[in-house]
Amino acid sequence: MKALTGAYAIAEAMRQIEPDVVAAYPITPQTPIVEQFAKFVANGVVRTKMIRVESEHSAMSACIGACAAGARAMTATSSAGLALMWEMLGVASGLRLPIVMAVANRALSAPINIHCDHSDSMGARDHGWIQIYSENAQEAYDNFIMAVKIAEHRDVMLPVMVMQDGFITSHGVQNVTLLEDNIVGDFVGSYEPPYTLLDTKNPVTFGSIQLQDFYFETKRQQEHAMETAKSVIKEVADEFWHVSKRRYGYFERYKLEDAEAVIVTMSSTAGTTKAVIDRMRARGKKVGLLKIRVFRPFPYKEIAAALKDTSYIGVLDRSMSYGAYPPLYTEIRNALYSLTSRPKVQSYVFGLGGREITENEIENVFNELLEGELTESMKYIGCRGEE
Amino acid sequence: MERFPTEKILKKKPGWKEIPIGGIVTNAGSSLLKKTGSWRSFRPILDKAKCINCFTCYAYCPDNAIKVENGKVRIDYEYCKGCGICANMCPVKAIKMEEEKESEK
Repeated sequence: MKALTGAYAIAEAMRQIEPDVVAAYPITPQTPIVEQFAKFVANGVVRTKMIRVESEHSAMSACIGACAAGARAMTATSSAGLALMWEMLGVASGLRLPIVMAVANRALSAPINIHCDHSDSMGARDHGWIQIYSENAQEAYDNFIMAVKIAEHRDVMLPVMVMQDGFITSHGVQNVTLLEDNIVGDFVGSYEPPYTLLDTKNPVTFGSIQLQDFYFETKRQQEHAMETAKSVIKEVADEFWHVSKRRYGYFERYKLEDAEAVIVTMSSTAGTTKAVIDRMRARGKKVGLLKIRVFRPFPYKEIAAALKDTSYIGVLDRSMSYGAYPPLYTEIRNALYSLTSRPKVQSYVFGLGGREITENEIENVFNELLEGELTESMKYIGCRGEE
Repeated sequence: MERFPTEKILKKKPGWKEIPIGGIVTNAGSSLLKKTGSWRSFRPILDKAKCINCFTCYAYCPDNAIKVENGKVRIDYEYCKGCGICANMCPVKAIKMEEEKESEK
């Protein structure tokens, strides 16, 4: 066990995976990931080719080029950096390149803000990347290692982004149990691309034009890869359990079985919610948590089954979709529609721009839910002027 | 490595389960199936009397539409898109660009 920040935990995972290429541009709060990894490269600990680019658009472009050439390519980013990658995110997934990216979640400008919310990766949710969210440094490390195997699976071949909360997780020091280097090496194996630009005996074209006659089929195929990814994510989690004894599903259930009121949320706030649940359970309150790990592909059926017996659900989103319900709430409500007897759901928005969420605020949410105070409007936790 | 002959795919237009992933073209030479000369709005005209066969145009053409045959250059109008780089680079001004007439395409 090692005391590591979430950022250093990712850098350790990258060191153990030893990708062929890392192309990245510094941005707070992702910077320590690549900074630490650059030290490994400079010290000769890994043989990775480190490409220092002039922007995140170029970072993703370099990863795309490297991956199309048959290399295992990785990067990391946050906020505006992810926003600047926008165009290339779709190229990576559209070309079916299994790039793995660490994201330290940070708010988007304006106003400029360096602290955590999920606006950056939630904005990228429709770009064809698999999205996995981590509660803490341990999960960020584990998810990042699993991401390689999921992305490169022959029936998936999709890029994966692994999120952790900026500063809260990326800069907070926690105990992390690392796997042995050789175990990680064996687990991820080597990348065997089905097609590469450098295979001159079998020349191929990446990035050809497809208009009205073929584009639609290629995109339909991409959706099929996402559907397949769902089962692969499960298989890889099972394999990971064998080497780590740490169990991962699409989501985590915390004291959910008999819960009357349930909070659905993701990332570090799930940890705070667990502490509140323990406190309230001690007083006999039937409260529980469903923590989302895999947001794309979204596990609708499994979530509906997990939430069918509860009465009241509060969905805590750390981002907004201006003019509409926030992303996680939208998906949860959608998942519940298939049930004959549907629980009531309340949308809560919290923590934008790194605004703190306290145990007491989460307890208030549970109390509102238990009292059946649910509405069709969004509620805002900790935002002044709402009282 | 699974192969998807381009000619067959273009002809058959199969469903999404039968095409390569990511729109990758797995078989070389598919440009032979698509003549791109029709995109041209200006046509390079080579004055053979002025041409010194220095192959500058051949080296600069981004579409490999200048062919060298028996030591002499020839413009392949089936693939020339009319960008005019050849005319611009020609050291003896032996190529001039003329507006394409619809009937000549």
